[in-house]
Amino acid sequence: MEEVKIGVYVCHCGLNIAGTVDVEEVAKYAATLPSVVVSRDYRYMCSDPGQDLIKNDIKEYGLNRAVVASCSPRMHELTFRNACQEGGLNPYLYEHANIREHCSWVHDDKKINTEKAKDLVRAAVRRVYHHEPLEVKEAPVNPNVLVVGGGIAGIQAALDIANGEKRVYLVEREPSIGGHMIQLDRTFPTLDCSECILTPKMADVGHHPFIELLAYSEVEEVSGSIGQFKVKVRKKARHIDESKCVGCGICEEKCPWKVPSEFEMGLAMRKAIYIPFAQAIPNLVTVDPDLCVYIQSNGKKCGACIKFCEAKAITPETLLNQTDQIIELEVGSIIVATGYDQFDPSVIPQYGYGKYDNVLTGLQFERMTCAAGPTGGKVLLKDGREPESVTIIHCVGSRDQNYHEYCSRVCCMYGLKYAHLIKEFTKADVYEFYIDMRCFGEGYEEFYKRLSEEGVNFIRGKVAKVTDQAVTEEEKGRLIVVAEDTLLGRLIRVPADMVILCAALEARADADKVASLFTLNRRADGFFLERHVKLDPVATPTDGVFIAGCCEGPRDIPDTVAQAEATAAKALSLISKGKITLESAIANVDETRCLGCGRCEEICTFHAPKVISKNGVMVSEINETLCKGCGACAVVCPTGAMLIRHYKPEQILNQVAALTEVL
Amino acid sequence: MAEFEPQIIAFTCNWCTYAAADLAGTSRIHYPANVRIVRVMCSGMVNPMYVFKAFEGGADGVIVAGCNYTDCHYIDGPVKCDTMFARLKKMVLILGLEEERLRREMISTSEGVIFARVVEEMVEQLKKLGPSPFKIKMETLA
Repeated sequence: MEEVKIGVYVCHCGLNIAGTVDVEEVAKYAATLPSVVVSRDYRYMCSDPGQDLIKNDIKEYGLNRAVVASCSPRMHELTFRNACQEGGLNPYLYEHANIREHCSWVHDDKKINTEKAKDLVRAAVRRVYHHEPLEVKEAPVNPNVLVVGGGIAGIQAALDIANGEKRVYLVEREPSIGGHMIQLDRTFPTLDCSECILTPKMADVGHHPFIELLAYSEVEEVSGSIGQFKVKVRKKARHIDESKCVGCGICEEKCPWKVPSEFEMGLAMRKAIYIPFAQAIPNLVTVDPDLCVYIQSNGKKCGACIKFCEAKAITPETLLNQTDQIIELEVGSIIVATGYDQFDPSVIPQYGYGKYDNVLTGLQFERMTCAAGPTGGKVLLKDGREPESVTIIHCVGSRDQNYHEYCSRVCCMYGLKYAHLIKEFTKADVYEFYIDMRCFGEGYEEFYKRLSEEGVNFIRGKVAKVTDQAVTEEEKGRLIVVAEDTLLGRLIRVPADMVILCAALEARADADKVASLFTLNRRADGFFLERHVKLDPVATPTDGVFIAGCCEGPRDIPDTVAQAEATAAKALSLISKGKITLESAIANVDETRCLGCGRCEEICTFHAPKVISKNGVMVSEINETLCKGCGACAVVCPTGAMLIRHYKPEQILNQVAALTEVL
Repeated sequence: MAEFEPQIIAFTCNWCTYAAADLAGTSRIHYPANVRIVRVMCSGMVNPMYVFKAFEGGADGVIVAGCNYTDCHYIDGPVKCDTMFARLKKMVLILGLEEERLRREMISTSEGVIFARVVEEMVEQLKKLGPSPFKIKMETLA
């Protein structure tokens, strides 16, 4: 073996490391370690001159190994591997020591930090001594993209990619795309109608030649990795012939069975066979099998829809025998845009939601003011009267230690919008109870100012309770909102006919399931975690899976659209490059030691090892495109034949030995 | 005599616990400097011999930590780690090491605070427990 020559580079990272670690001493110490021929410290190793140090030393000193002690390898390992490669060294002959995140930033004693940094550098040096060059392989990227969720985020991402003439599969679990945005009446602060701006996009999705819309479908299984995912989608049975249904709605009109409509937030009824709303895409009816009496009675009762369907799209066969379909897709990247759930305010009993008829959630009020909604756009109390006084309560379930500590970001603005609409549609007095007004976006502060001028009463204080216990004549028969006005420092009681709760946006109830399906991480608040909060906001820890919209946290429509466009750009750039670098640190079998026992085959989740007969001898063989390098096989291998490249026992054992050597 | 400072080796998976330790750093959450982290790709990759090597070298405690069951990059690495760990734990007890010297943790990416707390806790426990019997033996031999 050629003589090992190691170069060590200790980064100051400005004062981030140098502030609490004596970097010069660490570099001096590294120079004394076996096989180290050059050791330097430098202000910013990741800068071009920093990287040039490595490249030049490779030439000048004939280095065949390099160690950089700096930030986390998750940040810059690739940078320095590339620098090595540019300097003519195989990128795997490099090792990274994390002396920032794991040392200078977390301990305060400079002396102790310096000792720890020395330990980490020594271990890296010892490990890199045993590194081997690995071949870097590439694989093609499947140019198809899966978009999960048909709200505004999914729609925008799908359109952007499809407009680049790449195939998109858009999966939506509801019967129609549109998401929460299609439920909204108007959008702040411009007050343009949500339907008017969204339906053209929905229609585009519906007939785009590059979008295959899989509505009323759910992703069941995801396997593979970036560039080559395999996805199974369950297309749920609508119990109609989709090729024949023209969406005329006659079946819906004739169907006698009703339940509260999900789309109308329970303010109106829908039938057992239904189109959720007028502009639904795809414009197809869906049968609710739990409610349909024909299905429940196994064809003995009802059947009104069959009788009236002129298109013959509904038959006893479709109603009784249609089953879910499993569709298999192959895609190169995945965009997850699964949105949010509205917080259920009935868990805060003092607000009276579910107890008093005229306490509504934000989404219910959206439906009420919508011209196509259950009241035809009129703001009405349950008994049909127009309210004389309406109270809007902010931060219901948000900014509250008992529920969600985060700010839901959109409530202040939609609360203001409601105030405006109430003023527009009724003569009612409007009261807004807020903690802080957060009007941060383009035109938002101006909108707040406009509302103040429209005569809305803003009261700073968190509402204690909503009650019907009147104490004065004026309060009788009405709801009373009790709160402390924190600006006046006084307890106040505001009689109201209607109370609107600005309920928090929260992570979907099944976010855990979705997270495990796509191997995403979740934050403590339940939303999906981005790879880097500032610098990689739509990527996830899983390569090739991107997130957009409210599944990543509460945000408004402009932010959601921007983010969706970002995911589309990510997916398109991957397609444009057309290839990905495969993991080189994967399993490898030493055939001379392999007994062909098959334990590796048993334990592998990815079916990478297979015991085969080679010249009459049973040995394990690794399928390199399937192996992810997790190393489970190497642990169970009884003979040590199975090794993970770059994580070989001698590499890790030497690192551990070096760490424990000096105390 | 200076206070006994236990030495801990933590084998952490690249995707979750290593990232959690990074997050502790980025968030400047301070914890004792007694821990040295060895990055592996998956907690299911930790071979018992790595842990023995750490104890043999004189480590007072070892942490094996990785993703939760639900957020594993390799789908079910933590399950595999659990199986290995159950065996490992028995062997460690047979060798005469106290149970507290070996810890299995699942710390996900966002849990920098938990990583710091685990280290703190373990340092405290090990201080009470004193140096590893292996270390004492080696010192006597030397």
